[in-house]
Amino acid sequence: MSTRRMIGGEIILKALADQDVDVVFGYPGGVTLPLYEKIGQQNRTEHILVAHEQGGVHAAEGYARSTGKVGVVLATSGPGATNTVTGLVDALMDSIPVVCLTGQVTSHLIGNDAFQEADTTGITRPATKHNYLVKSTDDLARVIHEAFHVATAGRPGPVLVDIPKDVILGEGAYVGPDDVEIKQTYKPQIRGDRKAIEEAVELLASAKKPIIYAGGGVINSGPRASRLLTELVDMTGYPCTLTLMGLGAYPASRAQFLGMPGMHGSLEANMAMYHCDVMVNIGARFDDRVTGNTAEFSPKSRKVHVDIDPSSINKNIAVDVPIIGDCASVLRDMLKVWKENKLKTDKAALKKWWARIDRWRAKDSYGFDQGPDIIKPQFALSRLNELTRGMDIHVTTDVGQHQMWAAQHLHFEEPNRWMTSGGLGTMGYGVPAAMGVQKGNPDSKVVCVTSEGSLLMNIQEMATIANYRLPVKILNLNNKVLGMIRQWQELFHGNLESECDLSGSPDFVKLAEAFGFEALTASRPDEVDDAIIAMLESEGPCFLNMGVDRFESVYPMIPAGAAHYDIVLGPNDQRAEVDDDDLAMASLA
Amino acid sequence: MAAKKPRKAATKRELAAAKDAIQEHTFSVLVDNEAGVLARVVGLFSGRGYNIESLTVSEVDQDAHRSKITIVTNGTPMIIEQIRAQLERLVPVHRVADLTVEGPSVSRELALVKVKGKGERRVESLRIADIFRAHVVDSTNSSFVFEIVGDTGKLDAFIELMEPLGLVDVSRTGVVAIARGSQDM
Repeated sequence: MSTRRMIGGEIILKALADQDVDVVFGYPGGVTLPLYEKIGQQNRTEHILVAHEQGGVHAAEGYARSTGKVGVVLATSGPGATNTVTGLVDALMDSIPVVCLTGQVTSHLIGNDAFQEADTTGITRPATKHNYLVKSTDDLARVIHEAFHVATAGRPGPVLVDIPKDVILGEGAYVGPDDVEIKQTYKPQIRGDRKAIEEAVELLASAKKPIIYAGGGVINSGPRASRLLTELVDMTGYPCTLTLMGLGAYPASRAQFLGMPGMHGSLEANMAMYHCDVMVNIGARFDDRVTGNTAEFSPKSRKVHVDIDPSSINKNIAVDVPIIGDCASVLRDMLKVWKENKLKTDKAALKKWWARIDRWRAKDSYGFDQGPDIIKPQFALSRLNELTRGMDIHVTTDVGQHQMWAAQHLHFEEPNRWMTSGGLGTMGYGVPAAMGVQKGNPDSKVVCVTSEGSLLMNIQEMATIANYRLPVKILNLNNKVLGMIRQWQELFHGNLESECDLSGSPDFVKLAEAFGFEALTASRPDEVDDAIIAMLESEGPCFLNMGVDRFESVYPMIPAGAAHYDIVLGPNDQRAEVDDDDLAMASLA
Repeated sequence: MAAKKPRKAATKRELAAAKDAIQEHTFSVLVDNEAGVLARVVGLFSGRGYNIESLTVSEVDQDAHRSKITIVTNGTPMIIEQIRAQLERLVPVHRVADLTVEGPSVSRELALVKVKGKGERRVESLRIADIFRAHVVDSTNSSFVFEIVGDTGKLDAFIELMEPLGLVDVSRTGVVAIARGSQDM
């Protein structure tokens, strides 16, 4: 064990290098100046100067989600730290590994209401998986290495390290990641309980109406988990639904994929969730946007739940077979048990089940009618999907109607290709996240699907994208309204538009050009393809402003707190037609 | 001290036994004695809307910098399981024991009870204190401070009896608890 004496700022950079950090997203300030002096003297770790610290965290999230590495953020004390809070909670809700280093005022000033002082560890305690205040330069290296461990181990999440100016300036011993003893207290359980896995597999094999319901945990577990999930789904021939966070974990083009479940999920996914007799949840968390009314959620099924976080199990829905463990490890063991026991599915029952699912699928619940005049947002996204087929592509979104349409109409064949703010629903996520994705995947086409409301929340990061000549493509589905607000006001709040009109928004084309983007427009359906192709083929950063139907609503829709059988189909708002058998079950529930 | 043991989550059947019944549980939580650890635990309870009936904390192992927090809380079986899982998830937490379900345990609380009075009422308070094995730790011509140790019910009963005899003030430590038998935590 070799220890070297170094200055705090050098220790930070050495620790980041030893953690294989290639890029940090940051913004300098008074107390971090000594660190920036060291940053300026090296080129091992690239620093991206963002325009706002919230953008920095979202960029780190996008980087992390698309590369599987930890995203790193650097902010100063006070306002720099408080600006990171939304991003940190976003990463916490979506289980994204982020390490955020913040400067703090000099130790002896802490608590004195010093200039740019904020109680950063106090403010971010519930916003992070864990946080630290470093009290001595000798602790600095250990704490940073521990932060990377906590951020990635078990269920990933954001970890913040608050570093006073005197700790950055002081001298201390450097220890490498291998010389740091990992905290005894934080060792998540990776292997699932063998007996529970055997029980789950037997249940799976005995199913007559099964569904496999997978989520972001499969993505977080690494690409191997997605391959194992695909193997399980293909081997059993069972239907598979993926949550918003799980899209890409199973190839969307395959017939066994039912689309997304939940509030704006497909009819077939929701009906299958409701009517199934065995549900195997792998790395999803029975979120309220998926379950709707928990009392009416999948009343006839026996449920298996695989999750690495014990606190996710039995939180919203009590399950019959809980399995604590990493998705890849448990999936591998499940496949092994299935093969060892030479289990077979009930082919006859499965055939009947698929026939029923196909009847739901025939309703084409994501369908839309594209007329000759106004572009339907769904049309724009299905064309984007078609025109990027087979490309090396990553997509980020903001939050709202466009996000749901993107989830419905963009099809992902692989994990880590789709980045969206699921849990927190952070408007303003998409543009900075795209910047981080592009930084981690320089040769990929990175498209941010957004709309004006969200776009304006972190539009300043377009300056960063242009400044670094990152070839990010922004597709603005401009409907001149906060669409999801308008939709809910129409459906649930007296059909009165209240404070959602955005017709006074800026001229986005001029704005994009001012930022240094190439700007394109499309306003008619016959212009859509050419505009999307031009956007994709542009060399540098490109902004496509696409005028779309202001009055379109997202369907299907299960109103908040309603049961799956209350699903409303568009465009004529008719209640989903369920056959007699289904209705009988619904009234029983 | 023992490391965290592998854990199994409860099944639906186990949780359904007393589905909506509110139960009181006493948790013993062994933590690293570091800045902010109590705020983490308390913040978890307030942030997620769990109840705290009583909370005590003190360092129990100076060399290893360990503190023990005893929390009395209540909730449905699903909530109690959540509380346990959420506590175990905190990085500075070494071990969580639900003393209400993990075998027999013993719990104690200490109260200092100030009673003001003269004549027969004063004598009566002393007589009751004797029955409850409370000690006098401060005395003036017109007041006593009693120290009483016992489970929460005993303390409640004593304080109720002191009420008509001139009860002026009460300080209670909150519950500390430990498992019976020879095992460490």
